[in-house]
Amino acid sequence: MFGWTGNILRVDLSTGARDVLRLPEAVYRDYLGGKGLGGYLLRDFATLPPGHPDLPLILAVGPLTATIAPTSGRCHLTTRSPLTGAVADSSAGGRLGTELARAGWDAVVVTGRATHPTGLEIDNDEVRLTDASNLAGLDTGQVFARLRERRTGGSIAATGPAADTGCLFASLIVDTHHAAGRCGLGRVAGLKNLKYLAVRGTGRRKVADLPALKAAREDILRLTAASPVLLGQHGFSCFGTGSIFDLMDSRRMMPTDNFARTRFPGAEKLNAHAYKTRYEPRRHGCQGCHILCKKIAADGRTMPEFETMSHFTALIGNTDLELVLAANDLCNRLGLDTISAGSTLACFREITGEEFTGARVLELLTGMGTGVGPGAELAQGSAKYAASMGRPELSMSVKGLELPAYDPRGAYGMALAYATCGRGGCHLRAYPISHEILRKPVATDRFSFSGKARIVKIAEDANACVDSLIACKFLFFAATLEEYARAYTAVTGVPATAQDLLLIGERIDYQERLMNARNGFSAADDDLPLRFFSEEGSSGPGLPIPPVPREDFLAARAAYYRIRGLTPDGLPTKATAQRLGLPWPPELPFGAASDQGGA
Amino acid sequence: MTSLLAKYVAKLAAANLCAQGEALIAAMDDELVWSAASNARQPLMEEIFARLTISALLLARPAGVYQAVMVELARQALADNSKSITPGDCETRTFLHDLPVVDGLGEDGLTADGIIQALRQRKGCVILHEGEAFVTAFGTVSPEQAYVTFSSVCFACFVAYFAEHLRLARTGAMTDERRAGFARIQALLPLDRADRPDLLAGPFATEDAAREALIQAGRSTVEYGLVDSYFGNISYRLGDTILISQTGSSLDELGACIDPCRMDGSSCAGLTASSEYSAHKAIYEGGPSDGQARAILHGHPRFSVILSLDCERLDCPKLGECHRACDTPRSVTDSASGLDIPIVPGEVGTGPFGLCHTLPPALVNQTGGKRGAIVYGHGLFTLGATDFRDAFATLMDVEHFCREEYFRRVAEFGQACLGSK
Repeated sequence: MFGWTGNILRVDLSTGARDVLRLPEAVYRDYLGGKGLGGYLLRDFATLPPGHPDLPLILAVGPLTATIAPTSGRCHLTTRSPLTGAVADSSAGGRLGTELARAGWDAVVVTGRATHPTGLEIDNDEVRLTDASNLAGLDTGQVFARLRERRTGGSIAATGPAADTGCLFASLIVDTHHAAGRCGLGRVAGLKNLKYLAVRGTGRRKVADLPALKAAREDILRLTAASPVLLGQHGFSCFGTGSIFDLMDSRRMMPTDNFARTRFPGAEKLNAHAYKTRYEPRRHGCQGCHILCKKIAADGRTMPEFETMSHFTALIGNTDLELVLAANDLCNRLGLDTISAGSTLACFREITGEEFTGARVLELLTGMGTGVGPGAELAQGSAKYAASMGRPELSMSVKGLELPAYDPRGAYGMALAYATCGRGGCHLRAYPISHEILRKPVATDRFSFSGKARIVKIAEDANACVDSLIACKFLFFAATLEEYARAYTAVTGVPATAQDLLLIGERIDYQERLMNARNGFSAADDDLPLRFFSEEGSSGPGLPIPPVPREDFLAARAAYYRIRGLTPDGLPTKATAQRLGLPWPPELPFGAASDQGGA
Repeated sequence: MTSLLAKYVAKLAAANLCAQGEALIAAMDDELVWSAASNARQPLMEEIFARLTISALLLARPAGVYQAVMVELARQALADNSKSITPGDCETRTFLHDLPVVDGLGEDGLTADGIIQALRQRKGCVILHEGEAFVTAFGTVSPEQAYVTFSSVCFACFVAYFAEHLRLARTGAMTDERRAGFARIQALLPLDRADRPDLLAGPFATEDAAREALIQAGRSTVEYGLVDSYFGNISYRLGDTILISQTGSSLDELGACIDPCRMDGSSCAGLTASSEYSAHKAIYEGGPSDGQARAILHGHPRFSVILSLDCERLDCPKLGECHRACDTPRSVTDSASGLDIPIVPGEVGTGPFGLCHTLPPALVNQTGGKRGAIVYGHGLFTLGATDFRDAFATLMDVEHFCREEYFRRVAEFGQACLGSK
């Protein structure tokens, strides 16, 4: 095979056993890698509770990883979320994917539970488990410093104290500045006593047609050069993802005060330019990326991403930039997902009525990440916390995963996509911000559901594919699967068009829905917090921000279900599963007899 | 959705790309919606919808000169078995790459198989059916994508045909058949428009006044055929703010699609600004302190683009890389009128070969600057000292001259070609 090695490493932390799993080539063609392969490897275990030793934590790369296909150096992690109970997956940057691919592995499947904190070290085909007891309780900065003393090269993914002490939204930090942030993947590692994973690879991926890959790469690079969002003066390359901050302010869709409002007074002084002026960050990027959207402050701290900038200011009523840097740094050290952490703080603030000082914010974050002291009760996430306080409606989450920093009242496609996203309150699965705000590939009416059901479905399929190839979703503000299909064919030798990849993406997405259905998810979970349907946002002159029209939302969701091939209750159908070549889980009811799905 | 479909049908006709009511557009959410109630092409399009993951589809027969050039190019592509038209212009090459050609002359007339095969590869294709050219294009987000692709295919084919003809003339490869075909096509060209729009006089003191001028100039640029809707960009400097058209906006529908960008970079609200914002800013910043330009207008006048592709250096080692590597000083000059418009290389945007590196120095030089510059195979940027009147006039003057110069060269080289026989 080209593009893949055909080797999947399995490691059982309970016994220390490891072996190599070799799957039929057809599996790779049907699921590609990354998210698709991760789901394939998870699906037989998808109903196991997150603490079960047999539940796998999967790291998978794609056929493009470690090739010259732009932004392909990422790694996709998959398991079941301790926060939501749904499938958990997250794309991690840094060097992790590239090193894993160069080491010759398509995926690593970690099962079992070690008796003590353990490290997993992979150097090409050499695999060993190490005693990481000396790293227990250390923050990720300290963990990286210790490990880098003896492993100067390669990539390292590590958990912080949050993973060990039970925080349900604990993250995995990769190469100091990157994260597999969402859904509590770090907590699953913690439950397995997996403290870190270190990978170094020196091999090269075999490419079927290098000239064709170079041609595809040229087409992609030319498109990114034409993208104001990526390489323009106000774009990600210059300012990081924080460049979106000003747009969210001017469009009056910046989540403020736990989403009670949509405009934050003073936001113009908290924008990416303000951070750039104050912290003089340098550019940094994932392996194989020319955009370099990651920023690192002159003092070495990781600059906050857009979501963190917004949630640690507007959402919690803070106007101090330095507190944002400090909170972001603390979250990274403790191994906390900043979106869930910020949103849970905002939920706490609204329920208690407490106004935060900077010190109080850091104190509560510390409690979340250490399980001790004030804030420890917030480590369960906003949904469980709000429910425990008798105010479940004040958790701004979908399926228990806290919402990121795009208020759905300002973008109806985003509203629908939040609801239908398999992992919960996430903006990345369909990414309607691309057309509703950033005008790519063309602009759509952000205050209309017209056409959005199909747009969301197609975008979910496309992004499932992107997370499996692998590439960075930001690139798709400029390029499309049309160009990446050529890169895929060039690497693997497998003829494929964008339409072929969309079908694979549909299969990968539906595979996730089958797993979620087995865990009890249905239409009742594909919904937004009541606030968005009942409260107006921060309207301004000529720009009303009314509540999301409930009837229109439900109609769009019903249309989405029909297009996706789900029942009116949002459940998979056997017919659609068959059409996509997916096995029907015996514990699921048959669902609708006919298959209305397919875009 | 129905009104959106009607809008794009009307825009295609207004731009003379199609006859009135010719285009059929369909959009699908969970049900198909059509721009026309009943049409013989519906079954074909329904089959395409059934077999592709798309949300919008357009099928139409281009009109006039576009029809004629497309038939010629499609015939060539099928005859040489390339089954593809390679565009010469920069934006089409960037966004559409190449244009598949489908031989629609199956036993059952237009068959979906070939079209579907082509649309699996690219965003649109040309179909040659019973001696007529059709274009079909799709979108996965909005009918606007299909409209933009259709418009781009028409522009690309126009440029490709006329540029190829001049190249054949210059290289002495002209045939009588080609010459005859060209004469027929030339006769289809609409007359060069001589009247000028009555644009607002500047300088503009307020943002509202500047926006009004931008909207008016943008609309006129499309109306005069100097750019196809959706392409081009326009800006006005108001103090330390640049008001500029948004990326992917239509110059004839600027309305709310103008971004105010602070020149000190203190806001990223211009994240949705035109991909050429960097070039615009550098031009404004590069002028003398009293301000060389307050207005910039960028269109894609066809013969300006075509003439920029014509070069006498047929043995240049950088052939094929002209759009980004040409280092030969080139220009369009007319001693009679004093026209002196440099031609510079440069790709769209801000990459290492981006026009943001080449265009500003060409417009803002030590000798006091130029009225405009052509970016190779892309389009014409013109400057206005106080408003868009002079920028628009330059756009028209340059295009008028380039059109005349084009046919002068065709005649000159064609004559030489005849003489050498």
